[in-house]
Amino acid sequence: MIEFENVGFSYGKAAILEDANLAIAPGSFHFLVGPSGAGKTTFLRLCYLDLVPTSGHLRFFGRRISARDRNAIADLRRAVGVVHQDCRFIDHLPLIENIALPLRVSGVEMRERADDLAALLEWVDLTDRIDALPSELSGGERQRAAVARAVILSPEMILADEPTGNIDWDMSMRLLTLLVELNRMGKTVLIATHDLNLIRAAKARVQARVLRLSDGRILPAGADL
Amino acid sequence: MSAPASGRRRRSRFGAADRIVPPGAQSARSVGVMAAILAFFAAVALALALAAGRLAENWAGELAETATLQIFTDEPDVEDQARAALNVLRTTPGVRSVRMIEVEEQRALLEPWLGPEAALDGLPLPLLIDVGLDSAAFDRESLELRLAAEAPAAVFDDHGAWRGPLVLTAERLRVFALASLGLLALCFAAALSLAAHAAIAASGQVIQTLRLVGARDGFVASAFTRRFALQAGIGAAVGTALGLVLLALLPQASEPGFFLVGIGLAGWHWILPLAIPVASAGIAWAATARAVRRNLLKWS
Repeated sequence: MIEFENVGFSYGKAAILEDANLAIAPGSFHFLVGPSGAGKTTFLRLCYLDLVPTSGHLRFFGRRISARDRNAIADLRRAVGVVHQDCRFIDHLPLIENIALPLRVSGVEMRERADDLAALLEWVDLTDRIDALPSELSGGERQRAAVARAVILSPEMILADEPTGNIDWDMSMRLLTLLVELNRMGKTVLIATHDLNLIRAAKARVQARVLRLSDGRILPAGADL
Repeated sequence: MSAPASGRRRRSRFGAADRIVPPGAQSARSVGVMAAILAFFAAVALALALAAGRLAENWAGELAETATLQIFTDEPDVEDQARAALNVLRTTPGVRSVRMIEVEEQRALLEPWLGPEAALDGLPLPLLIDVGLDSAAFDRESLELRLAAEAPAAVFDDHGAWRGPLVLTAERLRVFALASLGLLALCFAAALSLAAHAAIAASGQVIQTLRLVGARDGFVASAFTRRFALQAGIGAAVGTALGLVLLALLPQASEPGFFLVGIGLAGWHWILPLAIPVASAGIAWAATARAVRRNLLKWS
């Protein structure tokens, strides 16, 4: 799915990632842990080419994508759904239009996918909130809406950056349930988090691999996880 | 499975192509106002260019097809001179028509200049002959030589002395008006580029989100270009309409006394200003697309 070949990334002289070699297999479930500032978000941004490696290569679905090929990068992002901690909604659009945004940028009319959209809204339990603006949603509703937006194009892979950072434990479990369900549908899931309880709860439901990012290296996590 | 609630409302909202651009983008609204003002001036400049061209053509063409022969009446043999001159004119190649201008008609021509109360009876009016010419076949030098021999008191005037500077002035005026149109278009493009930069800078979060969900540069650019082109087109249509109203109020060339100076639009020329809103929208589209793409590349 995504292969890191000696990938390095640095912000100026500050190395975030060094010689990373990693393959994220289709249908797998990964957690990425590490202390704050270790580079978890940077790692995820590399996974959807929001950042370009300063050394090494990345392969997406078996092929390299040039940073100059902007259309290919856009197409890659349609195949990789991303859930951010801050959700990144368009503030003046109602929830339904925010969730349907990937359809719109892909040239798909929302009415063509009305049934899928209805099912998706029901799945994330937001059917009654479609006309709400993002600012009118609770933290949990925002995160569920972000998941809905991330999966509406049925991507191969879901990336989530601290998805439970702003929500309580019950809502975190609800969100985890959604992500586990997606994994059972065959989607690859990669979650960056520092919430160890979330990881333990997930491992009780799904076979998850935990990676630790520390000092620019990606290593398998210890036995405690 | 049932469709989501409020589906009808949602679809109508979603149908607005430029909704992605934040509605509060002040720069998009100011584009409409700016387009209206510039379109007004463009309509006036276009009318000026067309009128100047029309005048230049009239002065160089239609008026060049006419001339006047004058025979001053203090000559003792004015009747003989007139007959001889008419004979010469009628046998000159390139002379299409010859007509004596009656004294009453001469007085009518002078009245606008001297006033109705002027004592025209005391004026020594010349005997005037209106000559219609086919300039392609006419040889002025040959006619003057024949007149000098057979009617020496006759003075041939093809209006060249005053027509030349007028034609030159009209042609320069047309160049000036066309240059003004070009400068207005440049000014509009530059202002739109600035407005687009401002709108993009204010919409950074929206653009980042669009790119995050897989929007290509073309999609992002088109969201902005649609909004700006629409605003520019509507604004320019209003400005053009105002300009056309003003032009309609100007004296027309067809009105008595304004055949030389009518600077309004005439005939099918009234259709041409309709291109101003279309051109404005086109300029807005191109300038905005360029500005958006440059910004997107800069952000990469």
